[in-house]
Amino acid sequence: MSARRLLARLDAAGALLLALVWVAPLVFAAWAAVHPPGAALDFDLGAPLTLANFETAWVAAPWATYVANTVMLVAFILAGQLVLCTLAGFAFARFSFFGRDTLFVLVLMQLFILPEVLIVENYAMTARLGLVDSIAGMGLPYVASAFGIFLLRQAFKSVPLELEEAARVEGCSWMGVLWRVYVPAARPVYLAYALVSVATHWNNFLWPLIVSQSAEVRPLTVGLSLFGAPESGVDITVVSAATLMTVAPLLLAFLIFQRQFIQAFLRAGIR
Amino acid sequence: MDPILRNRRRRQALYGWMLLSPSLVLLSLFAFLPTATTAWSSLFSRGTPRRPAVFNAPDGYADLFADPTFWTVAGNNLIYAAVVIPVSIVLALVMALYADAKIPARGLVRSAYFTPTVLPMIAAANLWLFFYTPGLGVIDSITALFGAAPVNWLGSPGTALGAVIVVTVWKEAGFFMIFYLAALQTIPPDLREAARIEGAGRLTYFRRVLLPLLMPTTVFVFINALINSVKMIDHLFILTKGGPDNASKLILYWIWEMAFSFFDQPHAAAMTVLVLLVLAAAALLQFRVLDRRVHYR
Repeated sequence: MSARRLLARLDAAGALLLALVWVAPLVFAAWAAVHPPGAALDFDLGAPLTLANFETAWVAAPWATYVANTVMLVAFILAGQLVLCTLAGFAFARFSFFGRDTLFVLVLMQLFILPEVLIVENYAMTARLGLVDSIAGMGLPYVASAFGIFLLRQAFKSVPLELEEAARVEGCSWMGVLWRVYVPAARPVYLAYALVSVATHWNNFLWPLIVSQSAEVRPLTVGLSLFGAPESGVDITVVSAATLMTVAPLLLAFLIFQRQFIQAFLRAGIR
Repeated sequence: MDPILRNRRRRQALYGWMLLSPSLVLLSLFAFLPTATTAWSSLFSRGTPRRPAVFNAPDGYADLFADPTFWTVAGNNLIYAAVVIPVSIVLALVMALYADAKIPARGLVRSAYFTPTVLPMIAAANLWLFFYTPGLGVIDSITALFGAAPVNWLGSPGTALGAVIVVTVWKEAGFFMIFYLAALQTIPPDLREAARIEGAGRLTYFRRVLLPLLMPTTVFVFINALINSVKMIDHLFILTKGGPDNASKLILYWIWEMAFSFFDQPHAAAMTVLVLLVLAAAALLQFRVLDRRVHYR
């Protein structure tokens, strides 16, 4: 019995130690952010605290514009995804027509042809469409999401056909059925997908880096990379402050909606 | 055939295609067409205003294979994948076991593990810069207590790739934990009881009961990790820029560099084709294993 208790203690200690190691980078960044540049790396508990780093960081770059751009980008992508994936998922789930299954396999292939890998040709395409240095150009390649189509197709398929038939007897059109029966039934899937989409695109970097060229459309991640790059010569305490500022919205949202967040990732990942 | 039925079928097909068309247009523009044009343009030489691009299929790839950078970068990415994938999977499993056990402050521990997942990779890289700063950073401050000399973790060819790998594992393990946690929660507690009554120890239970039951999850996580080992390169922009001397350069970063810094599209395209082939292999693996998983159930 006591051996088992010892094991339980060891488990708890190991779990806590690993958790400490895992949050250490954030904790140290927070430490650095509230200390004057010279004192940050001394780890002196009595060192004076300051918010000056946040002020310095805030005035050094157009953060408000970056945030607005990121919000617009994320909203553009999510709105497009919700509409397009709903329609396509509905078609794959409830319509039968020649070539449907082949098309579905093609769509699934896009799960592996990552937009990140096709940067060269996707840039050429974006340039052809005249969308370089625009929110639309940063968002468009992600709007038709194979993942979203797949998730919603599965969700729509699990809706009992009787519900649809009842709605049709009441005189609903195809669109009416979709809007009144299928969309409400798939609400948890929508929520999960939306959370994953927002978190993914809030954090996305490479493609926005390539497409954005001016501060007017630059999202937060790209702005942060320019600001924090070691060759920019900004002090590490100021970089820490800027980093914390940029991760704060998503981090707070995560801490508040932790349960939903983790559920969302689960629902989205496991088929 | 009954004309009413035929008419209805036709309408179904028409509606189906109409519903699909917006997605198909965008998928064609940003996935299918680019795949085709990438393959096509990898077959041409680099065009200049004076000398237009000409068809030289084998040369583009031969150049690539003759370039020592190619082998360095491919080797780096292999090491990157070979370390990041198993280490983050094992850590994810350990985290899931902890987060599923009866321990104090379980909620806090869980969110500590998961937090890096919600941070942008760029921010994660900034946080880790603070650890790696030579002489002053957290790591050197700790090793200095034991009398070790400061190390330029990001600036030395021997340690740069390792430093990048650590950040990736940190970012990724908590994400994979979630999937293991979900799988663990579907395992009936009776199994543990039964194993205990049979006199099986913790290790035996883990090896003979848990691991086999978690196998489908492991495969799923493995394929995700494989894709990530191609995709996760954002932190290179902050930490090392692929340096020193290509020591930490990964394939996708190299593609970006070739295409957008050196304007060498044909070679970037050839490299992209090679990556797509690897991803296609991963896709086939995924579909086959998923099939088997269905039979398993």
